[in-house]
Amino acid sequence: MGMRKVAVVGAGMTKFMRRAQETGKELSWQATRMALESCEMTLDDIEAVCLGTAPDAFDSVHLKGEYLSDGAGAWGKPFMRSYVGGGTGVFAPIQGWYHVASGLFDTVLVVCEEKMSSYYPHAQGAFLTIFDHTTERPLKPNLLWIFALEMNRYMQTYGISKEDIARVAVKNKRNAADHPCALLGDADITVEDVLNSELLAWPVNRLDVSPVSDGAVTIVLAAEHVAKRITDKPVWIQGVGWSLDTAYWTNRDLAYPRYVEYAARMAYEMAGIKEPRKQIHIVEPYDPFDYKECHHLEGLLLADRGQAPQLVADGVSLRDGDMPVCPSGGLLGVGNPIAAAGLMKVAEIFWQLRGEAGARQVPGQPKRGLAQAWGDLMQVGTVVIMGTNP
Amino acid sequence: MSLLERDPNAPDAWLGEMPITSRYTAGVAGERFFRAIKDEGKILGSPCDRCGITYVPARQFCERCMDELDETVDVGTVGEVHTFTLLFENLDGTQREEPEVVAFISLGDGGLVHKLDEIHLDDLEIGLLVEAVFKPEAERQGSILDITYFRPVPS
Amino acid sequence: MTSKTDEFPGTPLREADFSEGKILYRHDEMNGQYAWDTGVGIGSYLAALKTGVILGSHCRTCRKTVVPPRTVCEWCFRPMDSYVPLLDTGTVNTFSLCYVTWDVKRIKEPEIPAVIEIDGASPLHGIMHKLGEVEPDEVQIGMRVQAVWKPEEDREGSITDILYFKPIKEG
Repeated sequence: MGMRKVAVVGAGMTKFMRRAQETGKELSWQATRMALESCEMTLDDIEAVCLGTAPDAFDSVHLKGEYLSDGAGAWGKPFMRSYVGGGTGVFAPIQGWYHVASGLFDTVLVVCEEKMSSYYPHAQGAFLTIFDHTTERPLKPNLLWIFALEMNRYMQTYGISKEDIARVAVKNKRNAADHPCALLGDADITVEDVLNSELLAWPVNRLDVSPVSDGAVTIVLAAEHVAKRITDKPVWIQGVGWSLDTAYWTNRDLAYPRYVEYAARMAYEMAGIKEPRKQIHIVEPYDPFDYKECHHLEGLLLADRGQAPQLVADGVSLRDGDMPVCPSGGLLGVGNPIAAAGLMKVAEIFWQLRGEAGARQVPGQPKRGLAQAWGDLMQVGTVVIMGTNP
Repeated sequence: MSLLERDPNAPDAWLGEMPITSRYTAGVAGERFFRAIKDEGKILGSPCDRCGITYVPARQFCERCMDELDETVDVGTVGEVHTFTLLFENLDGTQREEPEVVAFISLGDGGLVHKLDEIHLDDLEIGLLVEAVFKPEAERQGSILDITYFRPVPS
Repeated sequence: MTSKTDEFPGTPLREADFSEGKILYRHDEMNGQYAWDTGVGIGSYLAALKTGVILGSHCRTCRKTVVPPRTVCEWCFRPMDSYVPLLDTGTVNTFSLCYVTWDVKRIKEPEIPAVIEIDGASPLHGIMHKLGEVEPDEVQIGMRVQAVWKPEEDREGSITDILYFKPIKEG
């Protein structure tokens, strides 16, 4: 197809915090500097910058892309900002990927940042604007509604219980205890803790939800001939996919995320993957709520419909299982700064495939991983497949 | 009625609002910058030795080379008017009796946008040297408004 | 990398750091005021709500009836063929019992948001609204419900012209 091969050669991130002292610019810079240092590159080596950050309202700064651009290393460089809600964290690297794959640039920084604590007192309020202003906002909805509605439908359609789903929250929060940047890691959490936590909007309890956070993540992308000079362990982007479903979310099947399937198929085809369950060794699906991990695994065709909770129950998705899912600890454990969260998953796959994930390392020398993010009004699926082979 | 025509009974417009309340931290560099204004009546800049630039207001990092800037310098309280404008209307559109003067005042290799006062409009020109006038220390809060305005340096 | 680094950047703050004045910060507020055009499709939807009718629109090619009505079919990208008045009854597709308001306040009696598939529209096509006149533990997916309207003189041409949907009693 004439596209060049692209590798991830460096990554960096800040802690994910409930409220950071740093401004959004400073968070972006901290992650970017760490990423550059990780592969001994300087800003002069970088040719373009792609920034992902969610709605301006969350940081309460207008033209947020421009505002963050200096911290993202974009001074004097070609710069693009993208945003598809929570899907941004995996969408920005796709944007960075085609900057390099097209031949236009050899090295690109991909930066994702979110400072949600600026929205005061709670970022929840900013989410009100996700609903249609004329047909839905007069009902005074809140964000919990759409997740609770989707979770209920999913549970009912396949006969899944809250216990089945709570195991995902337990797995991820325990995994996150080994992540140095995690906000809610907890090595001792149990299913009872999750089920007994405060009921917010049935069937959603407090510990089913990932926390609002501040944070930034940066990765460095390079074309093949450059990547091999920078590091002896580049991690190659083998496939990308993205897809958007209708904004009329009450006009589709909430039990199955077909937009994730469309994005996944696009990525699998590009990567030449015919049997994803055998060929993907680590999965980092987007988990803002515990049931979403299950929902997305099914959309990614890595579990039959309604069967994803069985993977946790059988131990398949634990770190030492056959197909580890969210070894990072996911959003549920590490935190959810909207755009940065997805890129954290991409960075996790990068570190895992290089054997650099420390206490979170998946055993057995995994060779291929998949990161997926989701966002907007339950609409967008974004998928990136990475591997040790080009 | 065809699908592409408006229903005459439909409302003209749908009204709504989006209230945003925010709480911004000053940031790591902002903390140093505004504390110096509050506690010492000083304006700080951040020099980058590699690039030879002194950023005002102070910054945590250099945007050109990504170096951390942990030193600060006192750039003084006198700057040059780099550009200015006269505001004849208030924010709500009402007319002002006397125009308000807003200027960009160069300090270090950056500067501050602020108001000018104690000035005759005839003397207002680009290049004019102006000095910061601070609130009494007890009234300062660590805000850009701790500087009430800039005024021409007495000659 | 995480195996090589112990110190990750970032300075977490506690709420007390603000109230105790340990760090500098600033409050601000803005209020965006909007006057949106309702658009052709939604404008017709609102006008119909005022008369006590839930309106959809139909595409002959795709054989879909959608609600709220659109002027263009999302699937074949042709103009829709007609508006279709739907019934004001439907089936609960999903629901939640919500104990938190939009501005993060706790409430004792839950609000019951739901997606209601409207009779006359294509399967899985519905609108979001609230349920009422029902005990929270009696709500079920698949329940048949009926719109409860404001009195005609109080209707404004808004989704709130329907107060809520209530269960249809059998027999």
